[in-house]
Amino acid sequence: MKRLGLILLAVVGLGASYWSVQKPSTNESNSAKSELIIESWRSDDLAAWNEKILPVFNAQNPNINVVFRPSPATEYNAALNTKLAGGTAGDLITCRPFDASLKLFNEGNLLALNDIAGLKHYSNFAKTAWQTDDLKTTFCIPLASVIHGFIYNQNIFKSLSLQKPKTVDDFYKALDVVSSKGGITPIALGTADQWEAATMGFHNIGVNYWQGEKGRLGLISGKEKLSDKAYVETFTQLEKWAPFMGNGYKAQTYTQSQALFTSGKAAIYPAGSWDIASFNGKVEFEMSAFAPPLPTGQSECFISDHTDIGLGINAKSGKLEAAKKFIEWLTTAEFAQIYANNLPGFFPLSNHEIKIEDPLANEFLSWRQHCKSSIRNSYHILSRGTPNLENEIWNTSAQVLNKSMSPKEAAQQLQKGLDNWYRPN
Amino acid sequence: MMKNVKKRELILFLGPALFFYCVFFVYPMIATIKLSFYETINNDTQNFVGLANFNTLINDPFFSEVFWNALWNNLIFFLFHMFIQNPIGILIALLLVNLSFKAATFYRTAVMLPTMLSFVIVGFIWQLILSPTWGITSILYDVFSIKENTPALLGEESTALITISLVSVWQFIGIPVLLIYAALISINKDILEAIKLEKVGFFKAFFHVHLPMVWPTIALVSILTYVNNFNAFDLIYTVKGPLAGPNFSTDLLGTLFYRTFFGFQLQSGNINLGAAVATAMFLIILIGVSIYLFFVQRRILR
Repeated sequence: MKRLGLILLAVVGLGASYWSVQKPSTNESNSAKSELIIESWRSDDLAAWNEKILPVFNAQNPNINVVFRPSPATEYNAALNTKLAGGTAGDLITCRPFDASLKLFNEGNLLALNDIAGLKHYSNFAKTAWQTDDLKTTFCIPLASVIHGFIYNQNIFKSLSLQKPKTVDDFYKALDVVSSKGGITPIALGTADQWEAATMGFHNIGVNYWQGEKGRLGLISGKEKLSDKAYVETFTQLEKWAPFMGNGYKAQTYTQSQALFTSGKAAIYPAGSWDIASFNGKVEFEMSAFAPPLPTGQSECFISDHTDIGLGINAKSGKLEAAKKFIEWLTTAEFAQIYANNLPGFFPLSNHEIKIEDPLANEFLSWRQHCKSSIRNSYHILSRGTPNLENEIWNTSAQVLNKSMSPKEAAQQLQKGLDNWYRPN
Repeated sequence: MMKNVKKRELILFLGPALFFYCVFFVYPMIATIKLSFYETINNDTQNFVGLANFNTLINDPFFSEVFWNALWNNLIFFLFHMFIQNPIGILIALLLVNLSFKAATFYRTAVMLPTMLSFVIVGFIWQLILSPTWGITSILYDVFSIKENTPALLGEESTALITISLVSVWQFIGIPVLLIYAALISINKDILEAIKLEKVGFFKAFFHVHLPMVWPTIALVSILTYVNNFNAFDLIYTVKGPLAGPNFSTDLLGTLFYRTFFGFQLQSGNINLGAAVATAMFLIILIGVSIYLFFVQRRILR
C-alpha cells in the first residue's frame, strides 16, 4: 500500500512539475520591453504574421514586441477558455465572429474598444460580428472577411468563346455551352459535405435575392420571413444548378470538388475567397472570377462579404496601453495593405483603399466598389436556438441540390424551424 | 490456505484496479447520468429538472424526430451486422477450418487486416472506391458497358446508410471469423473423426455438430456486435461528418450525441441534453446486455 502511494505521488508530482515548467515560459516579460502575445487559430498564417506583418509594427515601436502564437483551429475555443480561466492567455485575442466572442465579452474577458479612434474606418456591417446585440459596444477590431463568388477556368471559357457572365441568363447560357461540349463538368460543387451547398450555394447567390443587409436585418426584426419569395427564388436557382454539377455530385466532397476544378476538368467553381491561396500554384490554366450573377431585371448587386476574423484585447492583460497601441495600428491603411498582400483571399474590413497584387484576390476585392456587402444571414442572432438555422440551411440546400426537396418546401422548413424558438422584438 | 488471504492483501491486489475503474469509469458514468437530470443556467449554475431533458428528447417534435430517426438508423445498422457480418463470418471460419488450401494462412490474415485499420483510412478509401467521379465502381460500370450513370451510393438518402453499414461489415468481419475459427478448431478431434467415419454430409455435420458447439461463441459475438454498433460513431463521422447527411439518413445515436453535447458550427453544445442522449444510449445497451446475461448466458452455462 505504501509503495502504491509512493508511485501515485510520483506520478502526480511529475505532472505538477511539468505544469509548472510550462506556465512561466508563456508569461515571461521584459521590464524594458512589453511583449504582447496574440492568441489565434490561424496556424496557416504563422509565417505571414511573424515574418511580414509584425516586424513592421515592432520596428516602429521599439518598446513593444508582438508575437503571434496560434493553437490548432479545432482546439482554439476550448484552449482559449482554459487559458482565460487560468490567467495564462495572451494579451491579444483573435476573435471568432458573433456568439463565441460575445460570450467572452459578457464574461468580462474582452475589453470594450469604443475608445479606439480607428473604429471610424469600419462600416456598420463590418463591426456587427463583434458588437453587443444593441450594436453600442464593439469589443474586437474587424480583421478580415471572406468574399463569395465564382472562380472560372479562363482557358475553357476562351476555347468556347464565352464571356464572363454578368446576369443569371448569361450564367445559364455559359453552363449550357459547356455542358453541350461534353467532357467538362460545368459546375464543380458537391453535396456530400453539405456546408458547400449552403456557403458556396445558398449564401453565395442569395444576397442578390434578399437584397443583402436589408433582407438580413429584415429577418432579425421579423419584417421578412424565410418562406418569402426571395428565399424560394434562391433555392429555385440552386435547383437549376443540379443538372450541371456532373455525375455523382451527391457523393462529392469539398476536396474532390477542389480537385475537379484544379485538374482542369470543370469550368466554374463556386468559391470562397479562402480558396485562392490553395488554388494559386496548383493550377496550370488562367483563373479569373465573377461575382454572383444578377437576377433578371435587377441592377443593384450584392455580395456575401462575410466577417470572419477579429482581434480584441484580453481585459485581464497587464499591458493594456501597449495592446491598445497595437489595435490602433491594425486600423491603419498600412496594416491593411500588408495583411491583404500576405494573406490573399482574406480581405481587410477597413475602408482604406488598398492595392492587392494577386490578380484573383484583386478581382474579388473589386466587387466591393460597385456591389453592397452583407454577411451570412444565419450568423447573427438567428442561430441561437433549436433547430439551429445554419445547420438547417446546410441540410435544405443540400437537399434542394439533390432534388429530394422542392425550393418551396426548403424555404418553409427554414421558417418553421425559426418559428419554433425565435420571437422578433 | 484461505485463512492466509487477509483483507489487507485483498485490498492490495484489487485496490489499484478498483481505484482506476472507479475514477475513470464509474465516476464519469454516474456524473453523466446526474448531468442529464439538470439544466444549465447562465453557463455555470446547474438546476435540477428531473426527467425534463428526457421528455424533450422524446416529446419535443424538433428533438424527438432526430432522436427516433437516429435510433431507427442504429437498429438497421445493427441488423446489417447481425445478419450479414456474423453469418458470413461463420461461413469464412468454417471454410478456413475445413478446406486446407495453401493460401489459407494468408487468407486468415487478410480477413483480419481491415479490422486493424483506422476508421479514418477505411472511410477515406471507401469514399474513393465508391466515388462516381473517379472510383472503381465507375470503372466497373464502363467495363460491363452499363450506360446509366454510376450511382452515388454514399450520397443518396436511400442507399447511404446501407452502404456505410456494409463498409463497417467489411471492416469488422475479422472479429467473428477469428472468434468462431478459434471455437471450431477447439472441437474435440474424436468427434470430427466420428463424423468422417460415419460419412456425415457437410451440411448435416454443420447443423448438428459444429453449430451447437460454437453457439456460446456466436452469442458472445452477437453481444459484442450489439454493444459496438450502438456505440458506433467514428465511421459515420469520418465519411459523412457530424450532420450525418444526406438529410440525417446516416445519423446514429453516437453522431446525435456528438452534435448535442459538443455542438456543431453555430449550434452551441448542450451538456445536459447531450448527457440525456448518452444515458439513453447506456440504457439501450444495458437492456441488450441484460437480456444476454439473464437468458442466453444462463442457458449456455446450464
